[in-house]
Amino acid sequence: MAAPTTLGENLRAQGVSRRGFLKLCAATASMLALPPSMVPRIAHALEATRRPSVIWLSFQECTGCTESLTRSQAPTLDELILDLISLDYHHTLQAAAGEAAELARHQAMEANPGQYLVIVDGSIPGPDANPGFSTIAGHSNYDILMETVANAAAVIAVGSCAAFGGLPAADPNPTGARSVMDLVADKPVVNISGCPPIPMVITGVLVHFLTFGRLPELDEYRRPMAFYGQSIHDRCYRRPFYDRGLFANTFEDEGARKGWCLFRLGCKGPTTYNACATAHWNAGTSWPIQSGHPCLGCSEPSFWDGGGFYEPLSVPTTATATTLLAAAAAGAVVGGATTARAKKQTRNLVAERQPVTVEELEKKL
Amino acid sequence: MSELDRIPVVAEQARDDTQCSPLGLPASVNPILQEIRYALERLIANGEEHRIDLSALPCGPADLERLTELLGTGEVQARVEALGPTLIQETAVPGVWFVDYQDAPARRLVRHIEIALVPQMLRPQPQDLEAAITLLDARCEQETSGSPPQSREA
Repeated sequence: MAAPTTLGENLRAQGVSRRGFLKLCAATASMLALPPSMVPRIAHALEATRRPSVIWLSFQECTGCTESLTRSQAPTLDELILDLISLDYHHTLQAAAGEAAELARHQAMEANPGQYLVIVDGSIPGPDANPGFSTIAGHSNYDILMETVANAAAVIAVGSCAAFGGLPAADPNPTGARSVMDLVADKPVVNISGCPPIPMVITGVLVHFLTFGRLPELDEYRRPMAFYGQSIHDRCYRRPFYDRGLFANTFEDEGARKGWCLFRLGCKGPTTYNACATAHWNAGTSWPIQSGHPCLGCSEPSFWDGGGFYEPLSVPTTATATTLLAAAAAGAVVGGATTARAKKQTRNLVAERQPVTVEELEKKL
Repeated sequence: MSELDRIPVVAEQARDDTQCSPLGLPASVNPILQEIRYALERLIANGEEHRIDLSALPCGPADLERLTELLGTGEVQARVEALGPTLIQETAVPGVWFVDYQDAPARRLVRHIEIALVPQMLRPQPQDLEAAITLLDARCEQETSGSPPQSREA
């Protein structure tokens, strides 16, 4: 018997009923901020879709983004990995290690040229930085990133480190950390910022790609509008208190006890764009402001350098000139290379890549 | 100068929409009720169904509780077991249903208000219905041949 090739066939083979599938699509439409009337279209598209190969690269990161993904409830990680995508490489989750792991990545790249997705978490020491700051199997993060994205369909930068540099790039940025979009110029890049990002946003972008065959509409920082289109402040259930001038001034006062606006306690909600207010965290249990804590603005560029977390908002967060230029140059869908040429390119890149040497480390330290 | 006095000026009372509607409901609940009302008109007029995703609305738990209380509880309750439970509750308003989609550990995925004669999850899905006669025939044939009928394939 031939192996199931489409998601619909795969689900049928696993005994998932169409009602169950309809439920999955209803949850998907909700997280993509699509009207419930889109549910039948999503169901139809996902039924016929083929599972894309996904390569997940982890660079200068804390694994919080993977932790976030493993707590996604719609779909669950198991469903995501087994049903929606073919996760062919992921340091933390894969069973293989060492050369076998790297071989899996190369095989996925060669088998799916121009079609596989690359997910990156963590920032990358740039081409001018000491390559020894972060390596995998002796090779620099920069070399591995450029080699892997060369024949990718698109790149998804997960977390604020991959999207904007994050904590590693915070002043004084000792490792010369750069974001993915600073380095990848010729591929579509989607930023799913947040520290960590909301798990449903990660899976939502993947589901959107599978449903519509293209990446979702993006904002000026290449973040999907469905999740980053409105500020925390605009979607906050405490907003009426802001409008009426009712604020908590300390974490113990009457305003805090009554659930008033946290603006004066440093809430960055007015300048932060994310879906926390509607998607919530921990299986929909709550979110920071509902728990009585101001928003830190973790999904915005340079939030680590944006001033004290508990200082009232005075200066809007802004992007660096590099970021803005890169965002303005957001590319269209990948086109291009033929399969044969792509495979050859991948092999050449792998063959030409050299491990970081001791001389290089000493020279640039 | 005296002409200005003849211009009728009425000072309107400032409304505080952020607090409560005239019905005493939270401000976020009122638009939902208006949407339900409009959807009911279309359902009655031409059978058009409508769904509202409550998870996507900026409502606090108290707002949703108030909305649930206002719509009341109807006669029909249903539970669909498919990738976890889906709980369906008719409200006291005919044609208005709460549909609570949950995952296998019974955590809420999304909650809809559905304005329909029968919620979509309760109806057979079109592809399943197309296979219904074939399935019935197969079960009858198995019964005739003496072998136990197999459970319905998804």
